This record gives sequence, C-alpha cells and structure tokens, in this order.
Amino acid sequence: MLRYMGVRLLGMVVVLFLVSLFTFVIFFVLSPDPAVQICGKNCTPERIDQIRGTLGLDQPFWTQFGQFLSGVVAGRTYADGQVCPAPCLGYSFQNSLPVWDMLVDRLPVSATVAVGAAVLWLLAGVAGGLLSALKEGTWWDRGAMVLALGGISVPNYVLALVLQYVLVVQLQVLPFPQAVDFADGPGQWFANYLMPWVVLSFLYASLYARLTRANVIDTLGENYVRTARAKGLPGWLVIRRHALRPALTPVATIFAMDFAGLLGGALITETVFGLNGIGKLAADSITQNDQPVIMAVTLLAAFFVIVGNIVVDLLYGWLDPRVRTAR
Amino acid sequence: MALSSGVDLEPSARAGHRDPAPAGGPGRRAVLRVLRSDIAVVLSAGYIALVLLAAVAAPLLVQVSGWGPYDFDQAAIDPNLGGLPVGWGGGISAEHWFGVEPGSGRDIFARIVYGARVSMTVALAATALTTVIAVVMGLLAGYHGGVVDLVISRVMDFLMAFPALIFMIAVLSALPAENRQLLLVVVIAVFGWPYLARVVRSQTISLTQREFVEAARASGAGGWTIVFREVLPNLRSTLVVMTTLAVPGYIGTEAGLSFLGVGVIPPTPSWGQMIASSVSWYAVDPAYFLIPSVCLFLLVLSFTVLGDRLRTITDSGELR
Repeated sequence: MLRYMGVRLLGMVVVLFLVSLFTFVIFFVLSPDPAVQICGKNCTPERIDQIRGTLGLDQPFWTQFGQFLSGVVAGRTYADGQVCPAPCLGYSFQNSLPVWDMLVDRLPVSATVAVGAAVLWLLAGVAGGLLSALKEGTWWDRGAMVLALGGISVPNYVLALVLQYVLVVQLQVLPFPQAVDFADGPGQWFANYLMPWVVLSFLYASLYARLTRANVIDTLGENYVRTARAKGLPGWLVIRRHALRPALTPVATIFAMDFAGLLGGALITETVFGLNGIGKLAADSITQNDQPVIMAVTLLAAFFVIVGNIVVDLLYGWLDPRVRTAR
Repeated sequence: MALSSGVDLEPSARAGHRDPAPAGGPGRRAVLRVLRSDIAVVLSAGYIALVLLAAVAAPLLVQVSGWGPYDFDQAAIDPNLGGLPVGWGGGISAEHWFGVEPGSGRDIFARIVYGARVSMTVALAATALTTVIAVVMGLLAGYHGGVVDLVISRVMDFLMAFPALIFMIAVLSALPAENRQLLLVVVIAVFGWPYLARVVRSQTISLTQREFVEAARASGAGGWTIVFREVLPNLRSTLVVMTTLAVPGYIGTEAGLSFLGVGVIPPTPSWGQMIASSVSWYAVDPAYFLIPSVCLFLLVLSFTVLGDRLRTITDSGELR
C-alpha cells in the first residue's frame, strides 16, 4: 500500500511537471512580451529592460523555467530584492499581487460553488436515477429521462441566462448572484449561490441520473439478485443489500473526478454570474494575458484532477473488494 | 468533449459512460428500420438535416431572404431606444424572418444560417480528426501492446488530466486570429482523442484474443491485414455510436469557446458568439437571445438522441 501510494505520488509530480512545462512552452513561444505590457503607456526602452531584468525575462528558456520550478518548491528572491516565499507562483503582471495569495483568495468561492452543486446533483441525480430504474418504463421514468436528456443538451450559459431572466429580471425572487460570505447571513448566502448551484448541477445531475438508472437496471438483472429474491428477501432489502453497492460504485468514482475538476474552477458558470472564483480568475487572466496567473490556474486545476484520480483508485479498492484482492 | 477535467463546459466526452458492446452487431439495414420507426429519432434526424441544409445552402437562403449576414439595416432599429429593433419579437417581420440584431440591425436569420455553417464545419471536422487519431492510436496501443501501449496510454492519461478548457482558451487567445476555425478543430481534437482511443484500445485487446483473429494469424495474415480486415470492421458499431455522441460535445465546445470570446472571430457569425452578444440585451430583447439558444439546444439534443438510440440498438441487439 505504501509503495503503491509512493508510485502514485511520484506519477503526480511527473504529470504536474509536464503540465507546467507544456504551459510554459506555449506562453514562451506564443505570447507577446509581458514586459511591454507591464510597462504600459509612456514606456522607455530602458524601463522595459529593467522590468525584464527584475522578472528574469531576459534569461534563456530553461533558466526561466528552472526559476519558476524552484520558486514553487523553495521560494524565490527577485533581482530587485523582493522575496516571494514558497510556494511562489510569481506575481500577477496585472496588479502585482502574489499569485498564490490570489488563488487562496478565490478558492473559497469556487469551493462553495462546487460543494453546493455537488450536494444538489448527487441528491437529484442518484435519487432520480434510482427511482427511474425501479419504475422502469413508467411515466415517471420517461419524464425523468427526458428531463435528463434536456439537461445534457442545454449549454449551461444558456440555462444560466434563462434562469437569471426569469428569476431575477422578471419575477425578482432572487438577487443577481454575488460571492456573499456565509458569515454575512446564511439566508443571503443561500439566495446568492442558489442559481449557480442549480445551473452547474443540472448537467451533472442529468448524467448521474442516466448512469445510476442504467447501472441499477443492469445490476437488478444479475443472477445474485435473482437468488436473493428467490430466497424470499423483501424487495427493498434486495435493493439495499445487493443491488445498490455494485450499481453505485461507478457513480462514486466518477463523482470524485467531477468534483475534483470543479475545485479548479467552474469557468463558465463563474464567468456568467460574475462570481470571483478560480474559474473567473482563469478567464480574466487569459483575456489580460496575465501569464503567471494562467500558469498557476492551469497547475491548480491539473493538481485537483490528479488528486481526484488517486482518490478514485483508493475509493474503488474500498468500495469493490474484488479490486483490492486483485492488486 | 475532453472537458470533464476541471471544467463545466461539457463533460460529454463521458457521454459514453457505458462503452458500447464490441463486435459486429446488427446489420445496417435492420438498424435503419428500427430507427425509422422511432419518432424521436425521426425528428432529430430531420432537424439535423435541416441545419445541414441551411449550412450548405446558406448563400442561397440569404439571397432569398434578401439580407446578408453582414448587412446593416438602420431602418429596422430605433435609434431613440438605444438601437432596439423596431416591432414585435426583436423585429420579426416579412423583411427579417428572425428579427434583427439590436444595435446594428443585422439580419438574424442570415447570421443563424451562416452560424450553422461554422458550427457544423467545426464540429464535423473535429469529429473526423478526433476519430482518425483515436482509431490509429487505439489500434496501435491495443494491437502492439508492450512499450507502444505504455507510451500511448501515458500520453492519454496526461491529456485527460490536463485542464483542457483553460488550456484551449489560453492557446486560442494567445494564437493569432487568422484561420480560427482550423485552429479550433485542431485544439478540440488534440484534447478529445483519448476518450475514444481508450475504448478502441480496450476493444482491440479483447478482439485480438478471439478465435477469428487467431485463425487469420494461423493462415498467415500479417499485422496490418489483421488490424484492417479483422479488427477494424468489428469496431464499426462502436465507432458509429461514439462519434455520434461526440458531435454534440464538439458543437457545445465550439459554441462555448465562441461564447467566451476565443472561438470564431467577429464579424463571422457563430451561435455561441450570438448568445454572448445577446447577454447585454436579453432583458429588453429576449428574442435575440432565444433564437440562437434554441437552435443550439435543439442541435445538441438531436445528436444526443440519435447517438443514444444507436447505442441502445447496438447494445441490446434488439434486432434479432
């Protein structure tokens, strides 16, 4: 087990290294000179050179990449004497804030969006799918599956705008979403985040409902379920003891992945609603060509996905004993 | 596509959660017969055909309607109301069938049919490119095994761990604007192929252990012959289903990227971009928002319904 974890963690470091290298190359090759951009109007060539020197932009590619990596691990001291403690992801070209602090600042909003949406979609998706499977072929089942099909097909920015139009502009029952703190009043907090949660969870709830339904129907057709029924076990016990676990194992593993992905920012949802999370940070930094921030956001998202992957593997071993013995 | 990693655009790469059953499956004619008897499928196919037709015949349709996608009609908007379209439903009239764009007075019908061109071109080209890469990589990895398999599998893991949407946006915004549609196709394909290749790989592995492949090998067939004559034909139904289910994902991706402003560059119309520009108007001119949204939603829905149904048929073998 220890050895297994060691290998996985090593793999994680390798992938993160590759992601940063890949991102670094793209920006090194493609982007306009950030020094010119930082300097802004009324810029002199001397000033540009000075900025390049301070940020190490006049160094060759590998030196810059090395400086970035060692900054992440051990911190970094810039040429002008500014100290950036580890994990140093550099300073934003736009507002000169430490990128790490920006991430820490934004993460709670993304986490709130992700957690709330996850609760919603798990409840709606799994319960809906389970009911559909148990009532296969009924009107409930058909209605739920049509709804799920719609949920998969509607782009979430369209859904966001429709909801906003109906609930905020026309009916005025909800406010325009803002990243309100929970401490400022749970009611306000809930009202502000409700729409982002619904929008984000609709797609996932639809996917999970379809997946759960298909899995439960498959499992109910298995021989051991028939055996359990044949020996006289009541229907709900058959489902609880024999059918649910194998049917929901894939759902649990996919959930770990999806949730990990969302921690890296729900880009479109956050952008549409103007919530200042990681996703909006990514969108903004991209339009402003703020390379250190783009780097950091990409790395953070990749980090969450990889951790999610590892969690999935562990979860699978725990939920499905057959995998455990095989390993 | 490719976006289950870290983003909320379209986790539709995983739309094929349950990989379709391998091997031959029912005959083409039988599949068509079942499909024709399903009303949802007929409607979906009809809508897809309509959009395709509109895309192909866009210049002609615009001739008939009388307004091109770049023509400004100052008479159709009211300058006193900040450029709101004159008349009901965003300026819907005999002149402008779907109304006009607020502010500029461009004909929405023309922009929708030209937008269909962009959506369809990007989505279909991306699907084609993704499928080719995925099939080649999947077959290579599955058939060869060993180091080839290891390398390809690691690359796939890497690409799937990558925050694809952030990266797509970053690359697209950093690259020059010319030939944006080609760029979109390439970027989508680069991040999209692992999801199909993974399935092709696992099915190739199980197919190469079957008796008919062994028989072919025993009768002296070479590696390429086995791959193309024995393995590939058996992947057909999987490929049909998975590519049909991939198209809506790519349509959504293109629309999403255009919505975020890094897709198709104005003034070339695209549905996602039309939706984005309708955001500042939707409270006063909902029609301008609704028309492209509904067109997009129906297109994605139609492809999903079609793909779903195809999968059910190939999965269950309900034809025999």
